Amino acid sequence: MDQNQRWALLVFGCLSFGLLQAQNPGDRLPQATVKTPEGKQVSTAEISNQGKPMVVSMWATWCKPCIRELSTIKDSYADWQAETGVKVVAISIDDARNSAKVGPFVQGEGWEYEVYIDENGDLKRLLNVNTIPHTFLLDGNGNIVWQHNGYASGDEDILYELIQKLSRGEAIEIH
Amino acid sequence: MMAAASSLKLQAQTPEPNYGSLHGNFQFDGYLYFKDDELDPDGSDYPDEQFLGQGFANLIYQRTQSWGEITAGLRYENYQNPILGYPPGFVGEGITYRFLQWKRDRLDITVGNFYEQFGSGLVHRTYEERLLGLDNAMDGIRLKYTPIDGLYFKGILGRQRVYFTKGPGVVRGIDAEVNLNELLDSWAEKKNRLNFGLSFTSKYQEANDPFYNLPENVGAGAARLGYGFKGLSLNTEWAMKINDPSADNGYIFKPGGGSITTVNYTAKGFGFSGAYKFIDNMSFRSDRNAGQFELFMNYLPPTTKFHTYALPSLYPYATQINGESGLQLEFSFQLPKESWLGGKRGGSLGLNYSDAHSIAKEPVDAETSIGQSGTDGYQTQWFKQGDIRYFQDINVSYARSLSKNFKATITYFNIEYNQGILGSATNSGGLNDTVILNDPSRADMAYINAVVFEGLWKIKPKHSLRFEVQGLFTEQDRGDIAMLLLEYSIAPNWFFAIQDIWNYGNADESRRLHYPLLSAGYNTGTTRFQLNMGRQQQGIFCVGGICRVVPASTSMGLTITSTF
Repeated sequence: MDQNQRWALLVFGCLSFGLLQAQNPGDRLPQATVKTPEGKQVSTAEISNQGKPMVVSMWATWCKPCIRELSTIKDSYADWQAETGVKVVAISIDDARNSAKVGPFVQGEGWEYEVYIDENGDLKRLLNVNTIPHTFLLDGNGNIVWQHNGYASGDEDILYELIQKLSRGEAIEIH
Repeated sequence: MMAAASSLKLQAQTPEPNYGSLHGNFQFDGYLYFKDDELDPDGSDYPDEQFLGQGFANLIYQRTQSWGEITAGLRYENYQNPILGYPPGFVGEGITYRFLQWKRDRLDITVGNFYEQFGSGLVHRTYEERLLGLDNAMDGIRLKYTPIDGLYFKGILGRQRVYFTKGPGVVRGIDAEVNLNELLDSWAEKKNRLNFGLSFTSKYQEANDPFYNLPENVGAGAARLGYGFKGLSLNTEWAMKINDPSADNGYIFKPGGGSITTVNYTAKGFGFSGAYKFIDNMSFRSDRNAGQFELFMNYLPPTTKFHTYALPSLYPYATQINGESGLQLEFSFQLPKESWLGGKRGGSLGLNYSDAHSIAKEPVDAETSIGQSGTDGYQTQWFKQGDIRYFQDINVSYARSLSKNFKATITYFNIEYNQGILGSATNSGGLNDTVILNDPSRADMAYINAVVFEGLWKIKPKHSLRFEVQGLFTEQDRGDIAMLLLEYSIAPNWFFAIQDIWNYGNADESRRLHYPLLSAGYNTGTTRFQLNMGRQQQGIFCVGGICRVVPASTSMGLTITSTF
């Protein structure tokens, strides 16, 4: 048994135990440290919306579909907030090439979201985000209840229907 | 392991069981290639295997305990054989990434593989760019310690991944960061924001060169400072590296240096970002003889805008790791509703200027030519720009809604591109400064204008049509190119796209080809299937100063990705 195989066994041991309970509703945002555009370190455990639904969108300044999605939501964001109290958290995976530009970019787009930067990709890897945009919906208890990869025009309407369901206290089908 | 498992079981018997979270993903890419006599008359790019496929899966388990949290993960990769354009070193299969991490008592311990970055990465960054086939993950030990909020220490030790093995060099590093606003209560509510950091990385690689007395230990250090006041922020990082003769720098013994400074200003609806970079001999790899994308220990970010539209992205820029002076200025404006430029529904405007030049180099003495192996190579002064223009890019982007259901974006690009240095479809590039200084025509500058018009029409709820009309105009390289893309989406599941790129202006009439491509995708939200069929143009992928040419091909491809 070489070193790799021993490692694999160890990790699979933990994983198969987790699998017994896979899809449990207590699936929260994994713990990682992200930064605000001002450079302050924040633990993802501190990101919450006080009992209301929350959207976490993984994006980057160079990702056109991400910008289309977040700009489209921007047009209705005030209505969404007024009706459901939802909060959108936009977490950029831009690396050192663009991470300093995230703050100015967000202002130039006029987005009023809570913005963080996952510069080292720690949260991206923990969430197993392969391609962006990748959008997660969390219920008031912070459980991930839905996720979606990619963006096509109209996806925001489906997302909002789910947010409305959550804010009415209805359960939604877990993906 | 047994002990760990049984303690997990004990926890599981508490009234509210917490089994932690398990996430994973999977991707497969498979291509069946067709012989295309027009595209590749001598068949040199046609793979012997005819079918090439590769895939990977990640699994990550995380669980929060009363004492802290534990994370474990692994990745399996398989290349049979790597698809065209991927680094050919990726052949085979196996578990290439596995780690165990736990956090308790303000201590964060990782054993196994990890990715880490100190500051902006000038002296240390390990990362992966899966699309490009770059993965220089560390395999070793990482400690992070936060004695009090606002004070952060990191230490790393290990070796780096290269394909399915590890590099010969040992990598060691430490980093400290102080954030005054978090550290001091009296600063918590201040409008001034201040943080600073120090880092040091070194490598050890055995040396027994018959000609040169090569250093076995090479160290690099960096200092950084961040200051902010209201919407203004300044970040600067300065790095030095001792002599590190390598294949990249032609085995010269000159020390390296570099700095990156960015200034940002934001106000409501306005953003400005400026960056200035000076890089001198800062290639840093854990194997002095490595090439391509292998074993980078640091990251020298390009200070140019990253273009994603197909035609402008044919001329990308990659940092010249042996020496470069670069400047970027970028402005973003939100255009208010009911304004002349913004129209009834508002829009946005972006302006970008970026350039990159050589650095000034003088001979060390009268007998030594610039860059001569085994010498100090050359002399330079910080911030002294050289005479060679590597790259310049001016672009303007204007986006607004023309009606409730129609959004349009128009972008103009003006690019000057040094083919002799950077390479292109008609020039293999890779020249050094001296060749071009002796004969400026070898720069083979390409002067490019390009326009992209993109429209998004929301036809009815959940149905939309997106199109791109692109034109790229140049007298050099492969000449004028036009492109049309139509993409029809039915949210949330389906998309269909058709595109054609036509290189109608190629000086070589036999290369005035069409590159049609059909694609269709089905997306369940977390699983995506995509089929592509058609011709791919020759392209260039760049990372950290190294570019790789992806050959043109005709193929049918299937991509499946899935996340849970």
